[in-house]
Amino acid sequence: MSVLPPPPSGSAESVEPMTIDDLVGHVGHDDERGVSLWRGAWRRLRRNPSAIIGAALMGLFILVALFAPLIAGHEPGQPIANSGVTPSSVPGPSEEYPWGLDSTGVDLQTQIVFGARQSLLIGVVSTSLGLSVGATIGLLAGGFGGKVDLIVMRFVDILLSIPSLLLAVSIAAILGQSQTSVMIAIGAAQVPIFARLLRGSLLQQRASDYVLASWSLGLRRRTVVMNHMLPNSLGPVIVQATLTLATAIIEVAALSFLGLGDPNPSAAEWGRMLVQAQNRLQSDPHLALLPGICIAVTALGFTLFGEALREALDPKSRR
Amino acid sequence: MLRFVVRRLALVVPVLVGLSVLLFLWLRALPGDPARAMLGQRATPESIAVVNEQYGFDQPLLQQFLIYAGQLLQGNLGSSTQTGEPVVSSFLLRFPATIELSLAALLFAIILGIPLGYYAARHNGGILDTFAVGGSLLGVCVPVFFLAYLLKLVFAVGIDLDLGLFNLKDLGFLPSTGRQSIRMDATHITNFYVLDGLLTREWDAMWDAMLHLVLPAIALGTIPLAIIVRITRASVIEVIHDDYVRTAEAKGLAASLIRRRHVLRNAMLPVATTIGLQTGLLFSGAVLTETVFSFNGIGSYLFDAIGQLDYAVLQGYILFIALSYALINLLVDISYGLIDPRVRVS
Repeated sequence: MSVLPPPPSGSAESVEPMTIDDLVGHVGHDDERGVSLWRGAWRRLRRNPSAIIGAALMGLFILVALFAPLIAGHEPGQPIANSGVTPSSVPGPSEEYPWGLDSTGVDLQTQIVFGARQSLLIGVVSTSLGLSVGATIGLLAGGFGGKVDLIVMRFVDILLSIPSLLLAVSIAAILGQSQTSVMIAIGAAQVPIFARLLRGSLLQQRASDYVLASWSLGLRRRTVVMNHMLPNSLGPVIVQATLTLATAIIEVAALSFLGLGDPNPSAAEWGRMLVQAQNRLQSDPHLALLPGICIAVTALGFTLFGEALREALDPKSRR
Repeated sequence: MLRFVVRRLALVVPVLVGLSVLLFLWLRALPGDPARAMLGQRATPESIAVVNEQYGFDQPLLQQFLIYAGQLLQGNLGSSTQTGEPVVSSFLLRFPATIELSLAALLFAIILGIPLGYYAARHNGGILDTFAVGGSLLGVCVPVFFLAYLLKLVFAVGIDLDLGLFNLKDLGFLPSTGRQSIRMDATHITNFYVLDGLLTREWDAMWDAMLHLVLPAIALGTIPLAIIVRITRASVIEVIHDDYVRTAEAKGLAASLIRRRHVLRNAMLPVATTIGLQTGLLFSGAVLTETVFSFNGIGSYLFDAIGQLDYAVLQGYILFIALSYALINLLVDISYGLIDPRVRVS
């Protein structure tokens, strides 16, 4: 389920010749008794039913999104001529259109299927954006500290006092209506969350024995932070990224509701479908129910998996 | 205690200053001429000149900021570019509605959430626990406005569906829009409609206002409810296993006393913090909920402003929310000090 982007720049393997820190890292690794954090987490994850349900929902969603053109019978956003849509009713299921048409005269099934693709695209791009920028800021602040930390974190605190939806709204309002601006708005709204999280996680590592040991060996700050502290601090960030995918999918819908979504009619989008259905709630509730349920179930999948991952990575939190 | 409050209050100031700088720059980050962007279709050379005059867009940036900061300090958030009304007075007029709604939502979340979370923790692993945890996860995943639609559809509009025992349409008895029936000839003193009904002893008006609050409050309160259930549950589970609870049990204290004095009181600390943190969520959720239920608060006001790209209102709203957020979390910190004396000292 590799929907996550690579960690921020610099954490890739160093090209330096073998140094003492490689040796220390190596010894430390071999010396570990029992299982490593990630292997233990994987073991716990496999036994957790909510992780399995979450992974299944995520998997279904990703498959539908990837293979949308094969599943859907029609092109998205193409209204059918003489569709028979009236102000009070929409055509029901037929052989050609198994779920019937929506209020704009487009095949409903096609819209739902392509909506998954749109959600995945926006979710992954915006989360990657929020993660990479936020984690870089968090890394600079938490790993290198000092004045940078003080200034940057004040700034992050200010951004955190604005609810993320409103932050996204204010950014989208400036950028104008387009798919790109939705992605940037939602991603940017996540930046302060990732920054604060990685910084906190790094600060926790600072007091660990292994960090003290690295310092006392005389390693450079960059090596200690990048090769030792960062890999040990990524757990919460990865969990947050999974949860953020859920938030992103919900926020896309909210932006559409507020009229700041992607205006392109050929891009099927669950949030906009919901908005279009609101005047037909009484006559055709399924037009609202289907996209609404899709949003909720998809978000639930990512949330279930994210929460299970959090528990698996932090065994202390389980009782 | 007083020193604690003053110290916390001092921490709010830099955040607000930083935020106002940020919002100032935000408006200047608009592509093209800010005056033109603010006016939208109404931009004529004359109106642009007026806006430039008002905001000082034609002055150097530093001077612009001084004008802006000066206005802020006088409590002036500018005027709506669409209606021309001052933003502050529009807010003050509509804020009671949003406070009333947010309080109702929070009340719903707390009254249901804390006992549910507590019960789930006590019966950790049981059926109700599983439902509470699953339900709370689902609760944060349903888009607020979708939930609002559903509630409105089932409990206000009504679906004509015969279920044998009863028709689903019978459930649709609650009002679907507004804060009070139009027929209701109520006197308004404070603009908090429920409070007004209480003050004027117009009980029918008060009851009517309360009925109008039910659905929006549930829609808005569901996410806070889900979060409160989870935090209460986690917090109680942690406290139950603490040494002092075991000690209290060992020395033979009554179970109910242990629950009240030892478990609940200590478990409430993270819950109090969480409730404070919900403020932002309530105010952003209010934009969606109030719009669906045509509830005339600042949320639906912002919705209109977003639709018309009324930047002055948006700017004012964010500042307003951040201020409320900071103040409410200050109150939470103070209550923290009251619940746990250790916090005051450190």
